[in-house]
Amino acid sequence: MTIHSLPARTDAPARTPDEKPARRGGRRLLRERAGRQHHAGPLAYVLLVIMAVLSIFPLYWTMVAASTDNTRVSQTPPPFLPGPNLFSNLARAWDEAAMGKAMINSLIVAGVIALSTVMFATLAGFAFAKLRFKGRNVLLMLVIGTMMVPPQLGVVPLFMMMSELGWSQQLPAVIFPTLVSAVGVFFMRQYLSEALPDELVEAGRVDGAHSLRIFWSIVLPVARPAMAVLFMITFVHAWNDFFWPFVVLDMTNPTVPVALTQLSAGYVRDQSLIMAGALLGTLPLLAMFIVFGRQIVSGIMAGAVKG
Amino acid sequence: MATSTTKAPAGEEPPAGPSPAGGPGTARRRSALLHRLDVKGAPFAFVAPFFIVFAAFSFYPLVYTSWISLHDVELATLDVMEWVAFDNYVELWGDSRFWNALVNTITIGVISTVPQLLMALGLAHLLNYRMRASLFFRVASLVPYATSVAAAALVFTMIFERDFGMINWALGGLGIDPVNWEADKWPAQLAISTIVIWRWTGYNALLYLAAMQAIPADRYEAASLDGASRWKQFTHVTVPGIRSTIVFTIVLSTIGATQLFGEPLIFGQGPNGITGGADNQYQTLGLLLYEEGWKNYQMGRSATVAWAMFMLLVLAFVAQRLIKRLRSRTS
Repeated sequence: MTIHSLPARTDAPARTPDEKPARRGGRRLLRERAGRQHHAGPLAYVLLVIMAVLSIFPLYWTMVAASTDNTRVSQTPPPFLPGPNLFSNLARAWDEAAMGKAMINSLIVAGVIALSTVMFATLAGFAFAKLRFKGRNVLLMLVIGTMMVPPQLGVVPLFMMMSELGWSQQLPAVIFPTLVSAVGVFFMRQYLSEALPDELVEAGRVDGAHSLRIFWSIVLPVARPAMAVLFMITFVHAWNDFFWPFVVLDMTNPTVPVALTQLSAGYVRDQSLIMAGALLGTLPLLAMFIVFGRQIVSGIMAGAVKG
Repeated sequence: MATSTTKAPAGEEPPAGPSPAGGPGTARRRSALLHRLDVKGAPFAFVAPFFIVFAAFSFYPLVYTSWISLHDVELATLDVMEWVAFDNYVELWGDSRFWNALVNTITIGVISTVPQLLMALGLAHLLNYRMRASLFFRVASLVPYATSVAAAALVFTMIFERDFGMINWALGGLGIDPVNWEADKWPAQLAISTIVIWRWTGYNALLYLAAMQAIPADRYEAASLDGASRWKQFTHVTVPGIRSTIVFTIVLSTIGATQLFGEPLIFGQGPNGITGGADNQYQTLGLLLYEEGWKNYQMGRSATVAWAMFMLLVLAFVAQRLIKRLRSRTS
């Protein structure tokens, strides 16, 4: 699934404190403060802590299970504290369960998809936001409409196409269909319509720069923060994408989610190995969320439909 | 890309800079022409990659699916297509596994979507308070979103394990007999829905939160002047204020629900995965599509299931529309 956030048509001005405070007047500002956003009471904190625990616990327990051995995992009560075998299990998953190859494959797939999505989305987003051309609105509606097409529906012809191209079980079969994303185009369009002043583009034109040059030296620097967020969100989706890679790849050349299914498919289940694989496959994204959590959260919120 | 060739003169024009003032007239005319071409053509070149890739890898397969569904095609011989008209549809209509998968898709869809969106609404409301560590809570609620279907389903499979799983252990502590989460129909569907709910609640909550923060504050003030309680404010100001976001998340969750595949597949643990349990008790349309095509080698029938999924989606939206119209008429 690539459809995840639909950036809003933000008619409402951004609610930044430094934005023309003079025009609003003190009273209005005060009212805004008073009207919304009560302070959280103890009950709210308790509920939030419960939600946070529920969110994090399954992953914590993945780590616990990945750090014990099979006998310990299959006992009741289940273990709640990490055991001593984390690194040996991770190493086993890397070697035995093809997780090493899967990680590298996923890195390639998600990296290429994220790069190309960001590039094409910024190009198209710039055109939709700041350039005038025939059929612009119709084409933009078309982009939005494509978000409503579930990719799973075309899977049979896509599979036939890939086998004809000789790409079955190859990474290009996973990469090519997702080189662009409608969400990305719309996201960049929303961002650039607000962040890129028309005067900058006009100034470039007056200087005689052609469109690609304007894009390169005027648009890109402005778009960079949004591009970074889009890169990360697309990377997460591409890394986790399941259905199509599962259909078109096999165990000799899997991505991480595909390799994980194989881990669990055996009749004799090696529980701590399975959990080690799941942990290994999630670690890169977790690391990204820990370092760039603020940016990802704000990116997803900026891309929400508001109203 | 095909169209970019026509724009090449515009795109690869050397950095012009201000043209020399006293240049010969022909050069000036030429650069004016190039400029016009650039202004007119570049936008199309910029949006072209999106449409070309979409047409090739999404639109064409979608349309071609309907053509394939009218044929017998075997997985081993993909280039041999035998015309059978509507046989695949007739067979599907008479196939109890199809109806089973359809009903399962709908029930799992409801069990996973309704609580998910309600909880997301509540979580968004909590996150909207002014508080300490608000960034931590936001990132924490997004952690499941960073977990792949595969990893999440594997963990929950173990948590729901019959003999040593944590849930049954906890239930045992409450004096409840162990539940056979995989083999029994409703427990299995509940467990699968739990995975979906876990992964998407926080994400939806952030979408709601963004919308809540865009609600003008004076609406709350007016409500509180009218003596509306916090709960009244929530139901009469907050919820109406984020209506289009709610509609948007309903649309997305509905699409996601009709496509459900990874969660039941992995929850079934290999041998029972594709059939959705030994008695197909949690086989979804997504799984049936895969089973027909890649286990029974019947690509034509697989394409037919894909079309059925599409119809289900269309029907879901028609139903949604109807309900909305009826409700607005009654109120």
